[in-house]
Amino acid sequence: MGADALLKLHHLHLELPDGTALLEDVSLTVRRGDALGVVGESGSGKSLTAMSVMGLLPGLKASGSIGFEARELLGMKDREWRRLRGAGMAMIFQDPMTAFLPVRSIGAQIDEQIRLHERVSRREARARTVALLGRMGVPDPEAAAKRYPHQLSGGLRQRAMIAMALSCGPALLIADEPTTALDVTVQAQILTLLCEIRDSGAGVMLITHDMGVVAQTCTHVAVVYSGLVVEQGPVAAVMARPLHPYTQALLEAIPPLDGPRPDALPSIPGRPPAPDARPEGCVFAPRCRFVRPDCAVRPALREPEEGRRVACVLYDA
Amino acid sequence: MIRSLASRTGQMLLVIFGISVLVFCIFFATPGADPTARIAGRGASPQVVERIRAEYGFDRPLPVQYVKMMEKLFVTRDLTSFVNHGQRVVPEVLQAAPVTLSLVLWAAFFWVSGSLVFGIASAVLRDSWVDRLLMVLGLIGLSMPVFWLGEVVNLVTQSRWHDTFLFRWVPPLGYVPFSQSPWGWATALFLPSLTLAVCFIGLYARVLRSELLTAMGEDSIRTARAKGAGPVRVWLWHGLRLSWLSYISLFGLDFAQLLGGGALLTEVVFAMPGVGRLTYQALATLDLPLIMATVMYAAVFVVIANALVDGLYALLDPRIMEGRHGR
Repeated sequence: MGADALLKLHHLHLELPDGTALLEDVSLTVRRGDALGVVGESGSGKSLTAMSVMGLLPGLKASGSIGFEARELLGMKDREWRRLRGAGMAMIFQDPMTAFLPVRSIGAQIDEQIRLHERVSRREARARTVALLGRMGVPDPEAAAKRYPHQLSGGLRQRAMIAMALSCGPALLIADEPTTALDVTVQAQILTLLCEIRDSGAGVMLITHDMGVVAQTCTHVAVVYSGLVVEQGPVAAVMARPLHPYTQALLEAIPPLDGPRPDALPSIPGRPPAPDARPEGCVFAPRCRFVRPDCAVRPALREPEEGRRVACVLYDA
Repeated sequence: MIRSLASRTGQMLLVIFGISVLVFCIFFATPGADPTARIAGRGASPQVVERIRAEYGFDRPLPVQYVKMMEKLFVTRDLTSFVNHGQRVVPEVLQAAPVTLSLVLWAAFFWVSGSLVFGIASAVLRDSWVDRLLMVLGLIGLSMPVFWLGEVVNLVTQSRWHDTFLFRWVPPLGYVPFSQSPWGWATALFLPSLTLAVCFIGLYARVLRSELLTAMGEDSIRTARAKGAGPVRVWLWHGLRLSWLSYISLFGLDFAQLLGGGALLTEVVFAMPGVGRLTYQALATLDLPLIMATVMYAAVFVVIANALVDGLYALLDPRIMEGRHGR
């Protein structure tokens, strides 16, 4: 992970005002032209990680470091952070129906973002909006820009959302489960679009719980469990040979496409710990099949192989 | 568009018709409300009563009476008062209307600007002492009877401290037409309309605060912040956009009912010759034609305001135009 790291989270820790830690220790890196898939169960802290990068979590205490383009975001003044939001980094949300303001046309909302960050006339902004919508594959973009969110289909809405996110040419695009609310064919189209964005040189951070989506779209993957990154590495390597027992269990739980159908799909016994009841040591230990005495001390994220990092005692040299 | 407009107009006419029948029945067809005896006065001879009954048409069947009444009210507009014989009722109401309109416009200006400031301030500073103070003030304003407040204002500004520099400008009670003196018009209306607005400021600020706080939890507000919009823009542009629908519908109804004579107490206390005071006088003397006229006038305003609010709704929220409520 060289100097061209676009986003570098280092021991990011996030807690509620009452001291309950939501994120324990999140360290991950997104480089230009990379797509990092952040996977984990519901409540593992994927979305919180994304929101804290965007600085959308007022009232929560964050510590550690969020490095973005050689700048430190934590402790930055809100005014400066605001200038980055939408322009330097942009976010796509899960449900484009509720994410758009229902009472204004989508064109007006995209124009607004452009005009928030650049001094352009209404007419110019609209021309750019229409061009963007066209590039996102929205048919008849000029008419589509005048429509309201409820008048568009789910897929078109999400395309409009992506167009809005890309309107100021962000270096980092954060997509928080962008396809969860969409049907499968539309999902494939949106993922292709994300791949194109990545190929054009932006960094993409894709939050999902779907390993299939990660395999299809991402170059790297980070597995989050209970507020901690437990494994990070290139998608192909992690998929072929997962290191952390949690990742192994996750991948085993995906039904195979061919071959004999298993009698029962393997599942992980137990449930993830609540933020206020995390074990002292390795957070996955209570559900882990390899658990041993030294799991009582929380393992650090190590790099047993070039480019791969894992937090597990099994790989302590 | 034209069809929906036509059906809307049809609905409005139907509602107005219903109200007119109801009001007519209450005042003319209720047993014991024989208007003849009232007009004839106490101790009139049976011959006089009979003559009056024939003259005013009270010996005809009720539907005929109703049609005659409506004709006199809306078509020939020569309905005359039972109390001040010969005084035409419709011009009287129309003369009072501008007074009420001025009073209510001023009050609306005060209560909209006041409640916007209070509501937004307490929503932004929620749970702080400012928020609590404003909401308590709002509750006080809301629960203060307007006639009492009006009397207190009169007591202070007209007699007790009238000669101090604070209230020297306050004109005597009553109304000054705008055409006669714009300054006199404004000063005469300032205190009455402020008094009228006080309870509305309290109510509207509370409504706006809760609506605004609900709206700020929406996903679209998070999107607005993710776009890089600053707090002022997020609150005033995105937040208000989402939360002012119920505010506007409330405003439309209150404004209409005030125009229709709902400012009765304020008008009586401040001696404003408006529609409310006219209604008050008509009720005090049981002047049936005048009651009929003022109530119909109020009904027309409320119905029209309802239609306007619905139209405004469709403009502000495109989902409503297509009959898709909710999201």
